[in-house]
Amino acid sequence: MTDGRKFLRRRDVLRGATLGSGALILSGCDALNENATFRSALRRVDGLNQATHRALMDRAALAPEFALSDISPVFKTNGSVTATSAEYLGHLQSNFADWRLRVDGMVANPLVLGLDALRAMPARTQITRHDCVEGWSAIAQWQGTPLRLLLQQARVSNRAKYIVFHCADNYGALPYYESIDLVDAYHPQTILAWGMNGESLPVKYGAPIRLRVERQLGYKQAKYIMRIEATDDLSKFYGGKGGYWEDVGDYEWYAGI
Amino acid sequence: MDATQAAPRDMTKRHHIVTRIWHWLNAVVATILLMSGLMIFNAHPQLYWGAFGSREDYAWLQIDDTRTTGFVRVGSAGVETTGVLGLSLDSTGDVRRVAFPGWATIPSYYSLAAARRWHLAFAWLFAFGLTVFMLGSLLNGHIYKDLHVRRSEWSLGAIWKDIQNHARLRFDHMHGTYNLLQKLSYIGVIFVVLPTMILTGITMSPAMNAAWPWLLDLFGGRQSARSLHFIAATLMTLFVVVHLIMVLLSGPIKGVRAMVTGRHITASGPDQVGERP
Repeated sequence: MTDGRKFLRRRDVLRGATLGSGALILSGCDALNENATFRSALRRVDGLNQATHRALMDRAALAPEFALSDISPVFKTNGSVTATSAEYLGHLQSNFADWRLRVDGMVANPLVLGLDALRAMPARTQITRHDCVEGWSAIAQWQGTPLRLLLQQARVSNRAKYIVFHCADNYGALPYYESIDLVDAYHPQTILAWGMNGESLPVKYGAPIRLRVERQLGYKQAKYIMRIEATDDLSKFYGGKGGYWEDVGDYEWYAGI
Repeated sequence: MDATQAAPRDMTKRHHIVTRIWHWLNAVVATILLMSGLMIFNAHPQLYWGAFGSREDYAWLQIDDTRTTGFVRVGSAGVETTGVLGLSLDSTGDVRRVAFPGWATIPSYYSLAAARRWHLAFAWLFAFGLTVFMLGSLLNGHIYKDLHVRRSEWSLGAIWKDIQNHARLRFDHMHGTYNLLQKLSYIGVIFVVLPTMILTGITMSPAMNAAWPWLLDLFGGRQSARSLHFIAATLMTLFVVVHLIMVLLSGPIKGVRAMVTGRHITASGPDQVGERP
């Protein structure tokens, strides 16, 4: 590091002289970026983006699906590559034989389902593109249970507005979680995937099940899902913004862009 | 009473109000979009062709570092860019391993979330501004009168003469009509580069892929759209650089005044160069 610094310093002096005015503009932008009023004004555009998307398309409009030949040779892993709780590691050891998914919250008929019961339900297979907020994309085939089937079985209350996904993994020190609205929750391509590229979902991609919500970015695709909860208020969960990255990284809750 | 009638005879109307408002709005908005876009690029400083592409795949462009040096690689050709691209120092003298240095990005520090918020908000102003400017320029005759290349202008001799005049730094920029090179670059930016920026930007949205899947076919997939977005931004930046050089060479005070007031003094003056059309 110190060598690099010495090497760079000469250039830095030259650059500093020419960029004084630019730095002034920049510090102005940084100051604006820290300004609460300006931030909330920018933040309001997120709602505009979601409203525009919802107005422009049918609520069931499908994300593009691809052919087997389009699948990425290596699907990049990101986020957690395993969960580390004793409970999860125990499930992993027994190949998820005793793992149970809970569907509860604002539902009339809470569910407790094993992996076999999930796999026995009607499934959907789709080859879709996964887009990371950072900019990269990877394509894979996903097989899983449409979320809407579980929500219909659980009889979600009319007052519920969101579906929250509680995950087994911690990212950093905090538990991962995510949430989507009911339009996306009932979307035909929104599945709890237990299969990937023709195999059981591998651990690094979220075994035993992960969410696929195909019209949004990667951080919405929660892995290692343990519990699904219907709610009318996201502010009472964890950091209150509806998802791990929304709480920790200040990313937008609606990730359609 | 018409403003042009009230003006002295040596003042001619140069830029329509729509042009002037859009010009200055765009100067700010495009700068913010470029700088926040460079921050977004820093989150994944590689570009690909096709539908997918990640660190696991071949990137045609990479701006990265070797921990001690920064480099840009295009295809198989690489060049060291330590100090500017890939690896640079921040204002406190600390080494930053980012593609574009802090002085070129909004915010100046690494924040993908903040950069996205700026970018996706100002993109609305950019798209609406361009749409209003295009419609306004169609209605006020700017496109037909000033940008439309007439049949008589399409001659190799005229183009060659234009190139010669530019090479000799003789510009007839300020005399009421645009020359051919000027028209072609304005047409290229207004009708090709800027719409490409907007459409490739929309193509990167997974939700918009469901709404308007034809955009993916148009640009050859999401990662191709991301590459084209970057290339169009480069072309836009080059246009602005050349534009600013031209303004400086052809009388910056007159040029800026005309773009602010809409009028331009046509009486012969010491700064009048080039031929009259």
